[in-house]
Amino acid sequence: MSGFYGTKNKTMERHVLLRDVDVPNIREYDVYVANDGYAAWKKALTTMKPDEVINVVKDSGLRGRGGAGFPAGVKWSFIPKDIFPKYVVVNGDESEAGTFKDHQIIDGNPHQLIEGVALCAYAVQANTSYIYLRGEFYEPAKTLQRAIDEAYAHGMLGKNVLGSGFDLDIHIHLGAGAYICGEETALLSSLEGQLGQPRLRPPFPAVQGLYAKPTVINNVETLANVPPIVLHGAQWYRQYGTEKSPGTKIFCVSGRVNKPGNYELPLGKYTIRELIEMAGGTMDGRPVKGVLPAGSSAPILPANLLDTKLDYESVQAAGSILGSASFVILDDTVDIVWAARKMVRFFKHESCGKCTPCREGTYWALKLYDKILSGHGTLADVDMIGEVAGQMAGKCFCLLGEFATSPMQSTLKHFRAEYEAFIANHQGGKMNGYTDELIREGVLAGPEGVITRH
Amino acid sequence: MLREKRAADIAQVLAKYPPERKRSAVMPLLYIAQEEYGYCSDEAIREVAEIIGCDPTEVKSIVGFYTMFYEQPVGRYVIDVCDDLPCALRGADKFVTYCEKRLGIRAGQTTPDGKFTLNTVMCIAACDRAPVAQVNREYRYELTEESFDRMLDELSQS
Amino acid sequence: MADLVNLTIDGVPVSVPKGTLVVDAAKKIENDIPVFCYHPKLKPVGMCRMCLVDIGMPKIDPATKQPVRDEQGNVVIAFMPKLTTACTTPVSEGMVVRTATEQVRAAREDILEFLLTSHPLDCPICDKGGECPLQNLTLGFGPSVSRFDYDAKFHNEKHVPLGDLIYLDRERCIQCSRCIRFQDEIADDHVLQFHDRGRGMEIITFSDPPFDSYFGGNTTDICPVGALTTADFRFKARPWELASTQSLCTHCPVGCNITLNTRLETKSGGYEIKRVMPRQNEQVNEIWICDKGRYVHHFTRAEDRLRQPMVRRDGRLVEATWEQALQLVGERLKAAGTSVAAVVGDRIANEDAYLVAKLVRALNGAIGMSPSVPAHYADVARAFGVGAHANLAHLGKGDVILVVNGDVEEQAPVWFLRLRQAVVDRGAALVIAHSRSTKMHRYARAIHRYEPGYAARWVADRSEELIAKESLKDARNLLIVFGDEQLDGPSARALAQGLANLLIATGHAGKADSGLLPLYPHANTQGVFDVIAGADRAAASNGANGKVGADLRSPICDSRFEVAWLIGVGDASDAPSAGFTVVQELFMTALAKQADVVLPALSFAEREGTFTSGDRRVQRFYRALPPLGEARPDWWIAQEIAKRLGHSWGFQGPAHIFADLAHSIPHYSGLSYEVISKSEPQWPPMGRGDLYYGGTVYDNTGGLGARYASDAERDPAGVRPYDGAAPEPTIAGLERRPRPLYRDGELIRRSAVLASHIVPAQEVA
Repeated sequence: MSGFYGTKNKTMERHVLLRDVDVPNIREYDVYVANDGYAAWKKALTTMKPDEVINVVKDSGLRGRGGAGFPAGVKWSFIPKDIFPKYVVVNGDESEAGTFKDHQIIDGNPHQLIEGVALCAYAVQANTSYIYLRGEFYEPAKTLQRAIDEAYAHGMLGKNVLGSGFDLDIHIHLGAGAYICGEETALLSSLEGQLGQPRLRPPFPAVQGLYAKPTVINNVETLANVPPIVLHGAQWYRQYGTEKSPGTKIFCVSGRVNKPGNYELPLGKYTIRELIEMAGGTMDGRPVKGVLPAGSSAPILPANLLDTKLDYESVQAAGSILGSASFVILDDTVDIVWAARKMVRFFKHESCGKCTPCREGTYWALKLYDKILSGHGTLADVDMIGEVAGQMAGKCFCLLGEFATSPMQSTLKHFRAEYEAFIANHQGGKMNGYTDELIREGVLAGPEGVITRH
Repeated sequence: MLREKRAADIAQVLAKYPPERKRSAVMPLLYIAQEEYGYCSDEAIREVAEIIGCDPTEVKSIVGFYTMFYEQPVGRYVIDVCDDLPCALRGADKFVTYCEKRLGIRAGQTTPDGKFTLNTVMCIAACDRAPVAQVNREYRYELTEESFDRMLDELSQS
Repeated sequence: MADLVNLTIDGVPVSVPKGTLVVDAAKKIENDIPVFCYHPKLKPVGMCRMCLVDIGMPKIDPATKQPVRDEQGNVVIAFMPKLTTACTTPVSEGMVVRTATEQVRAAREDILEFLLTSHPLDCPICDKGGECPLQNLTLGFGPSVSRFDYDAKFHNEKHVPLGDLIYLDRERCIQCSRCIRFQDEIADDHVLQFHDRGRGMEIITFSDPPFDSYFGGNTTDICPVGALTTADFRFKARPWELASTQSLCTHCPVGCNITLNTRLETKSGGYEIKRVMPRQNEQVNEIWICDKGRYVHHFTRAEDRLRQPMVRRDGRLVEATWEQALQLVGERLKAAGTSVAAVVGDRIANEDAYLVAKLVRALNGAIGMSPSVPAHYADVARAFGVGAHANLAHLGKGDVILVVNGDVEEQAPVWFLRLRQAVVDRGAALVIAHSRSTKMHRYARAIHRYEPGYAARWVADRSEELIAKESLKDARNLLIVFGDEQLDGPSARALAQGLANLLIATGHAGKADSGLLPLYPHANTQGVFDVIAGADRAAASNGANGKVGADLRSPICDSRFEVAWLIGVGDASDAPSAGFTVVQELFMTALAKQADVVLPALSFAEREGTFTSGDRRVQRFYRALPPLGEARPDWWIAQEIAKRLGHSWGFQGPAHIFADLAHSIPHYSGLSYEVISKSEPQWPPMGRGDLYYGGTVYDNTGGLGARYASDAERDPAGVRPYDGAAPEPTIAGLERRPRPLYRDGELIRRSAVLASHIVPAQEVA
């Protein structure tokens, strides 16, 4: 069965990133080259100094697409010039619930990623790059490896690329199922063969990253932006987006909509409401109850905030984060308590265990949700969820633990009445449709008793 | 044994990392070991530890941390169905219940004939094509009860 | 000190060296910020989040780069938006730390509540109860109630053997990783790791053998809860029932400071040692001991300890009174005239050896030590040993550590830890010359090999080459660690002399942190040598005849005497033959069985005295246990025998004897019990508060000891190279096999917990 990712939602006349939608088979080397492929790479190697590449990316205002939104060119400029070797590490651990954009880039437009990696490596003068893909990207990794092999075969990678004297090797490294490895220092630990747990900062990866050497870590989508920026210039790029959030961004839309998929849009041009419309509107036209702008990590935005513009600043002003722009749409058929539990379960499952508040807090919180969802909750348990989240907030080692508080705190903030109603309606173990999943997870006893699961 | 049977693959993996950083190869080597043994058996762990020159405890720790390394034998086909929120909003929970009934096992278990292991997993980055699963790490998109039945039939025959 | 950084903590100004962590800076002014994962001997990880504090920095004007000031002229402090871990944050100039705010108080309470949600609270049956940081910090900073539903508690396995010496209680573990980090960073034996993740994360070992490090016991000390316990101590006593006595380990030349924890046992009719714990001495063992030191204590209350004097009657040894036995020994000595030889074992205290030597000198007899080989080079080690104020912690970048013919991990385990850190963490260069591989080899910059037995020849032949190749003249310091395996006395002496010559040739002789470090067999090899050789010299200078001043290096075991008096020599093979043999021992050894009189001696735990470590530190040990049966201290026995021969010395005890010793042994002049009993606050402070350990056993109140100066230090002008010749190896030398830590012997045999670890003598290779 083919691993090719097939979302074909047309949102722009000409895509910058999802070019597979415009150009069939652009994942093939020849097709990619016929459509400006590797032109930026040739331009940089033959006409630009490394610093010029950094500067054009700086000028473009490209911000990291992994979630934090840090300006990519500025990040590259932190890399010390005089320490070798250096590394470029690509974060393709795409694991935020509701995120599937990198998946499509790797499957549909892999050469653009490779070219972006190459440009970044040249800019910081790194001769080795590792693309860390989540373990579940076993098939996309094959597609990407094929593309890397083609690039080597055509002299775009390897020794003395295009006679420039610059050497570059790109390797794929597969993870094995751990959300935390999307955190950049955990990713580095994982790549070094250590436990995928985050490390202390400082030292920052720019100074002591992979193998304690200067390392740039960028997300797949971020680097896919680089070839068109280098080819067409910063001003061309800035025709899209806003002053503070330039360029286009892929918005993953999932959940209760008719046409879930990836939508590439200029930042700041459209609203959440318009995005939902592009995604075919909600199923059966039901009213939206809430939206998670960045998967489970983002505080939920209730329906009254659907006119929020799609850029980093506006979403933040509305009380959430744009992050990886993974919009999970919840309509009025969705039980908020159930949805919140799903998200808390995710964080409990993915907590690396390193720090106390995340390890113990997610465990405790899930126990409380289990109690409520199985019909034994009290109002005190609802308060306790807020307490546990508050107790975790601001004390965790990395952002995973902090993110874990989002579904708890934001659903309590906007939908506390739903919690209260749920408890009132399900008193004494009265269940609705959740029995099967609670048995499966060992919360309730099934015919065979309680299943023991981690 | 791995060293003899998969010498070329091991050499290819080791070549990706600096010679003094062999430990970086632990995960790719565990995948190779898992292909050979079906799971990360004690023997496999010791072999990988020897190849990368570290203590078996350290390799065991890596195996335990990641969900895609199996510490117990699994079925010939490992079916990982996502039941995380985005998929669950599109019927994943009901779908898993169907899978359980169809296979006669609970998620997390293996059929008595050793053919299928059914797991529920967290988000696998294909939420727009839910319900979604991976069978031995290969995606199966937009699954229905009917397509699941067909898939099982095909796999049972192979 | 130019590198001092000024900050305030809760309004108290403090100046600390650059690079100090906030948690340590606070400790300096007795502000104990609570911690679980942080340990001053390990690298900070910031995992437990217990040490969260509020940290602010002076606000800097970006234009002027000067601190911004308010209307009153005070520097404006910008506090971090979130609390920060004090254990991972280094101090910086002008930093303001707040540890007493409501936010910090609440954070501590929150973290403790989290930790307790998964903790079984089985304190009533927990070995750590009473000295448990989790208990103590909960009392100090924890919530008064638990809101966690008890039924939702996470349960896990409770008695998991990680090897045969350490057990893990998975429920009690709070995932601080101190044990993992100790094994990784200090012991370099990576047999512990985390497994799984999140709430499922737990400690495992998957090594073969499993948790079998020589240093594993230390993990139970630094474990901040009762998760790790030793097979030896678990469920044996409650910490608060234990009496603590300051003592010394007797098993190797390091001289580790230990605390003996004893308890009154009705079944054995008296106090017995329940456990051995490290006692802090940053000059010697920091806060570590090896497992041999920890577990080889059961001999002190072994059933078969000698409790009664015995004399041979009609061919059989029968019990006798002290009066009868001493009378007999006195008579035989009188009759023997000068044909008397005494051999003193190298675990005997200085005071005992001194009185034995004093008596032998009075009798014009011969005296030797057992084992005899170290007597051939102990004077060289003393002349060119490390400086009086040397500390292995000083060694680092620019220094060279040369290990010749020694297996540091097996022969002086704690030196292995400390030298390894000097090399791996601080950048000292390690050069090894040996006929075989040792664990230390993995850290070596250069490795040299020679055939077994050829160590001295190798040094004699290759010194110049070595000096050039390893740039020894350019080294900041040159520390030379050496052992005597597979060498006979003359070869061992030649080795020590060759190495001393190396120090002289490279300009390192007499320097503070340079010199020789001999891997002696036991805790008082140097001391016994000093005392009996010193007594010899005293006798010689008094004009006594030459036989009395017999060179310690001549093998007295080759001669035959009328009376041989063997004091604590164990199963020594170098005992002289005699018409009448007196053995002073703890056990009925093979030699004792052949003896004419057997005198029961007290062990180190039942009396006080001093030892002189391999690096010449003279230290005190104290009485932890009451005397056993009729056994007596060796010094008392010597004095009583002397009395039967008409010498009334009238020594009241070891302190009295030591005063006399220090007066007559030149190297010990200036030393006294008062001097070596002095203690002072050490860094890091281990015994105070509950930061790193919840009890008081680390406290050093018994004294840090004192090292006497080397000859090269005292008299630099008198330094002369030795004649560099080295003899050919001999069979006798080659037969002196390597000595593994757990080699079989009278003492280790009586610790059942180590039974499976003992290396039988014939397997030593």
